Amino acid sequence: MATVIELPIEVYAGPVDPDWCPGCGDFGVLKAVKMAAGKLGIKPKDLVIISGIGCSSNLPGFIHAYGVHSLHGRAVAVAQGIKLANHDLHVVVTGGDGDGYGIGIGHFIHAMRRNIDITYVVMNNQIYGLTTGQASPTTMKDVRTKSTPRGNAEPPINPIALALVSGATYVARGFSGEPEHLAQLIAGGIAHRGFALIDVFSPCVTYNKVNTYPWFKQRIYKLEEEPGYDPSDVMAALQRSFEWGDRIPIGLFYRDEQPIYEDSEPALRKGPLVHHPLRPERAVFEELIEELM
Amino acid sequence: MREVTVGIGGAAGDGLDKTGDTLAKTAARLGLYVYAYNSYQSVIRGGHIWLRVRIGEKKLTSHGDHVNVLIALNQDSIERHAREVESGGAIIYNSDKLKLDPTLLRDNVLPVPLPVSTITKPFGKVPPVMQNTVALGALLFLIGLDFETAASVLTDTFKHKGQAVIDQNVAIARAGYDYAKEHFVPLGYTWTFTHVRRPFITGNEAFAIGAVTAGCKFYSAYPMTPASSILHWMAAHAERCGIVVKQCEDELAVVNMAIGAGYAGVRAMCGTSGGGFALMTEAIGQAGMIEAPVVVIEVQRGGPSTGLPTKTEQGDLNQVFGASQGDYPRVIIAPGDVADCFAAAVEAFNLAEKYQLPVILMSDLLLSEHPETIEPDALRYDVPIERGELVTEWDESQGKYKRYAFTRSGVSPRALPGTEGAAHVAATDDHDEEGILISDVFTCPPVRRKIHEKRMRKLEAVLRELPPPTLEGPEDAEVTLIGWGSTKGVIREAIEKLAQEGIRANHLHIKYLFPFHAREVAEILRRCRKTICVEANYSGQFARYLRAETGISVDAHIRKYDGEPFEPRYIVERVKAILEGASHTLDVTEDEAREIAYHYIRTHLDDDARPGRISRLERDGFEEPIWDVEIISRETGQTRGRLFIGVETGSTYHWQPAELVS
Repeated sequence: MATVIELPIEVYAGPVDPDWCPGCGDFGVLKAVKMAAGKLGIKPKDLVIISGIGCSSNLPGFIHAYGVHSLHGRAVAVAQGIKLANHDLHVVVTGGDGDGYGIGIGHFIHAMRRNIDITYVVMNNQIYGLTTGQASPTTMKDVRTKSTPRGNAEPPINPIALALVSGATYVARGFSGEPEHLAQLIAGGIAHRGFALIDVFSPCVTYNKVNTYPWFKQRIYKLEEEPGYDPSDVMAALQRSFEWGDRIPIGLFYRDEQPIYEDSEPALRKGPLVHHPLRPERAVFEELIEELM
Repeated sequence: MREVTVGIGGAAGDGLDKTGDTLAKTAARLGLYVYAYNSYQSVIRGGHIWLRVRIGEKKLTSHGDHVNVLIALNQDSIERHAREVESGGAIIYNSDKLKLDPTLLRDNVLPVPLPVSTITKPFGKVPPVMQNTVALGALLFLIGLDFETAASVLTDTFKHKGQAVIDQNVAIARAGYDYAKEHFVPLGYTWTFTHVRRPFITGNEAFAIGAVTAGCKFYSAYPMTPASSILHWMAAHAERCGIVVKQCEDELAVVNMAIGAGYAGVRAMCGTSGGGFALMTEAIGQAGMIEAPVVVIEVQRGGPSTGLPTKTEQGDLNQVFGASQGDYPRVIIAPGDVADCFAAAVEAFNLAEKYQLPVILMSDLLLSEHPETIEPDALRYDVPIERGELVTEWDESQGKYKRYAFTRSGVSPRALPGTEGAAHVAATDDHDEEGILISDVFTCPPVRRKIHEKRMRKLEAVLRELPPPTLEGPEDAEVTLIGWGSTKGVIREAIEKLAQEGIRANHLHIKYLFPFHAREVAEILRRCRKTICVEANYSGQFARYLRAETGISVDAHIRKYDGEPFEPRYIVERVKAILEGASHTLDVTEDEAREIAYHYIRTHLDDDARPGRISRLERDGFEEPIWDVEIISRETGQTRGRLFIGVETGSTYHWQPAELVS
């Protein structure tokens, strides 16, 4: 096994400073992503960060790496194309709850079911921030927002449970108030072979007056500190995923080694597609034509 | 005789495809040219399938407009198509099951009843679908094709099923051939067989093979007729050709994955029809903005909405032009024939990478699904592969790598992820040269202006690279027919037919829709006498585009939107009517009234009747003239009743059962 040479987070210093509101939870996530990449010694040239649209989806602009700032809800689809084209790259998707669990939920579920080797970090602030504070798919029931003045009528999506039943093989939840812990979880996800979800409580200090830092701090506890908790037990993970109230778990819910999507693609056995010769062999071409005669 | 058209009619599940394919490949191996068109419906079993295989000694550019020999696999097909068979032709049918009413025949048409159960008796119990093989054998004899060549095709077709199946098929075809030889006189076709082998290929296969030859390594799609056969071909050949083929959850994933793969440096393509393309449009603008190469094939079918899933139309032009919000550079190419599909796929990848933009290939059901023989050299191995400017390493002492560097050409050298020293963000929000967003904190109108101009400027070079269209045929022709995409071949044939009737016509075919050679096209059209735009849609989408780009309004239009492709005779008749100044009526014709009656019979009378005598009533109508269609029983020939169909509206007003009449 090759020795990992850790890199300082300065290596990933982006070209511009984040334009997030002071105190935004996403600062902690940005730092944790850099720390995770540094821990794993990933060079900026080998890291691709793909996002959709929203405050948190501006993250690729604030980090030194390759990146695609794509369309609302489509980051996971773009990321899979990149991964299949060059599976030597470390592909990390970063975005928000509206982007990933709302408009992009179809791609999210299907990517998990494929167990494709990408890491998805969702900055879950339970609100639409960039559009100035409407309800999101994770806004709690009865919460008043600009678009739900009488209280949100819909119960929230449970991303952890959804990931567990959809086939994700690494499912974790972090808190942007604990960047060291979060960095461990993200590093674990990137190192994991298969689809990794890291749902992150990342408070919106401007528009979400319910799920604030203190609100989370009072409630969260770490699964790894729970005696006897076994992250290879999917049923135990599922049970914990429904825990919401006075106690809310963070940490690694579940991890399992399963074949990844890339293993099923014969074309990828010869190394990343991007390095294959473009022209097929002449004999293959001639066979294709012969079939038509 | 120089050509023959064989029509095969039956229901889905009757196995027409195999019969047609064997016939076509036999003719092709003998060195003849073939063009086939399958008019089919969106059912897995049943319905009415009408496959025409046209065979000739000269290159054929359409499926024509006539039938010489009919193979009827069910009663419905006899009744619907017997009258179309031209004098000197024949109708082949299984006389154990089907009846041929002599009143349906034109003069000098030979009935060829085949007692299939007697003919196949020596082979024990055979599946009903073997009636096709008997008919095929008889057909080969009647039209003078070589049996041994057909046997070699059957051998290849059933190779994967083992020797026993091959032997049975060859023996049964031979029995049909021998039976015909014993009982009938051949129809008098004499051929010169050159034995030049030519590929028999559909437009979709040509797209797929063209793409693979050009280095396509990633193909994504969601199943949608008539684009699905590209996915099927790619999936079947993926391993051998080293392609990743991805069937995605929806067209949004399809196009975004392809863009991701293109961004990461592989040649990526996706395909769909109009409905799927509608879902892709936002992402196509994204490809324009992040300057990612991608090829999108849009195979049109009848619209709007899910429209006519198995029928052809050129009705998506407005949508393709309007795909995505805002302005962005892209290329839109509409290949005109099957060979061109191969070439256009190659060209599309080169343009996409050289100019870092989306290229949309527009096809339609006719072009994508019909097979024809093409010249072997149309499918070339050593096609040009041009990747454009790629940055393979960047020494930061040269300064910072700028992904979207402002250049005179508008093309900024591209670095792929994994390249040392050139990390950047490809941003779909508008951005500066480095990829930093300019919409929010760093709002800067001049940067927006210059980067927008940079992107759009690529189109100037693209236009210079694309050959302008040329006028084919005599410069001083009386009529100029203007078409785009798949109508190329049928217009060409219509022009030959017009010439035979003393009408000099020429042809302006448009392949490159965007960017558009407006100046060249305007110069050509200003010299033309009477211009007629031929297109398969209702509103004349191309004629409108032509007017917008050149300021020229064409003199007349020939449009079709019933789902069936143009046939040469249709264009000829319409051109003649336009030249005579005859007004064009949209009234339901007698033939259309018969088709409407068939539809009524299918949906309301359990399919056991057929239209009989049809007469037009001027006054006894429902506020319009009506077609009075007698409906008779298939079994007994007795009148079942009368159906009244509006001449102007096509309304089926009234069904009057016979028992109420008497």
